[in-house]
Amino acid sequence: MYLVQLKEINFSYENGPSVLDGLDFVLQDHDRIAITGPNGTGKTTLFHIILGLIRPSAGEIHAFGKKMEDDNDFSECRSRAGLLFQDPDDQLFCPSVMEDVAFGPLNQGKSHNEAREIAEKTLRSLGLWHIRDRAPYHLSGGEKRLAALATILSMQPEILLLDEPTAGLAPEASEKLLAILDTYPARALVAISHDRLFLDALSAKRLVLKDGRLHS
Amino acid sequence: MTCERLAAGTSTLHTTDPRVKLCLAFILSVTIALLEGCPAQFAALAAGFLLVCWARLPVRETAGRLVAINFFLFLVAAVVPFTTPGVTAFSFLSLPVTWQGIELALSVWLKCNAIAAVNIAFLATSTIFSLAHALAHLKVPSKLVQLFFFSWRYIHILEEELGRIRTAASLRGFRPSTSLHTYRTLAWMTGALLIKGFERGERVYMAMRCRGFNGTFWLLSHFHFHARDGVIAAAGIVASLALLIMDNRTRCILFN
Repeated sequence: MYLVQLKEINFSYENGPSVLDGLDFVLQDHDRIAITGPNGTGKTTLFHIILGLIRPSAGEIHAFGKKMEDDNDFSECRSRAGLLFQDPDDQLFCPSVMEDVAFGPLNQGKSHNEAREIAEKTLRSLGLWHIRDRAPYHLSGGEKRLAALATILSMQPEILLLDEPTAGLAPEASEKLLAILDTYPARALVAISHDRLFLDALSAKRLVLKDGRLHS
Repeated sequence: MTCERLAAGTSTLHTTDPRVKLCLAFILSVTIALLEGCPAQFAALAAGFLLVCWARLPVRETAGRLVAINFFLFLVAAVVPFTTPGVTAFSFLSLPVTWQGIELALSVWLKCNAIAAVNIAFLATSTIFSLAHALAHLKVPSKLVQLFFFSWRYIHILEEELGRIRTAASLRGFRPSTSLHTYRTLAWMTGALLIKGFERGERVYMAMRCRGFNGTFWLLSHFHFHARDGVIAAAGIVASLALLIMDNRTRCILFN
């Protein structure tokens, strides 16, 4: 069974040229895929389409053995596939790191105590426990990125979708990120990245997004 | 964050249940707006400042906010004494100034400052997130609460974007002056600010949806109504009633 399958996806921005043009994509258990390609070719758009944040003009999306039709389908999909945004500032909006990390689990219907426990466990495992009470917009770049990752891992997603996870990170922070990703038991992982060192360490299969399609 | 700078504190008011604070801010604001006589208005202003002192707010920041309000009040206070009909008190540049006008200006000034002080003491001592949460608890329609919460999110974003655009411009040697070049640049900056702010807003909303946001406001440390909150609520209501009774007994005697 495929975890995610995209069939013949077409997408174009309003009054703009077509971005994705008959794109096919398959994600299976244990896959580690790296997507590269020039800027503006629709890599981020592809992630947004998988999670139903934007709708393609044509094509089918299947996730976790189910055809995605409406927002209800996608909301389950979003809970099982965690997307790390390019800019952590987009992702952190609560008054404290702790609350940001607990936000997802609470939305998943966990009780306050459960959410608090999960948040604590996640923050400790990422080495962020000491910044739990800080305001997210006051963190350093590296801390922000890890905090954003914590908000996703706390939802215990099966798939990780990482959009330029090492962009703007110092080498030490990148290594820390890699170490965390190595220990997290994700069923599959897709990363958009141009960072050679990161991709080598991840030992991911490379795909190139060009002319609206994925090429190996 | 600028608008939450006063929310960090440990005073009794900071730790009071935001629901109680919201209700009291509303009740006292309406009460003060209804006061007709100067003595009660003075008392209200004094009460407002006592509350601000009780909240142990940083003096500079609090004063800065009151100065901003008083700038606008000054415009009103400068015009009203000339435009209100009544008994002439004296003439200024051959324009008559009336007692009624002076009284009205004074009353507007007192009430506005009193209401501002009360709201700074009660509302600025909570984070916006907990105020939004408290509003939701008080059964304010969810759409209004979300509108309030997102406005705050976006204002903060716009503020940040503006900072970045200004830095970018000044790094390239932009110095504002009275010239067409300046006006054109400012217009471009405004346009860029709106578009960037809008796009970031869209991405924040996407990120929220990714984490299952469905309009519910979670607050990890849930509100607990303590006996102390009850005492503060009762004290606030008694104070409102006292102001109204005082106002009833002592209508303005200064000018009549």
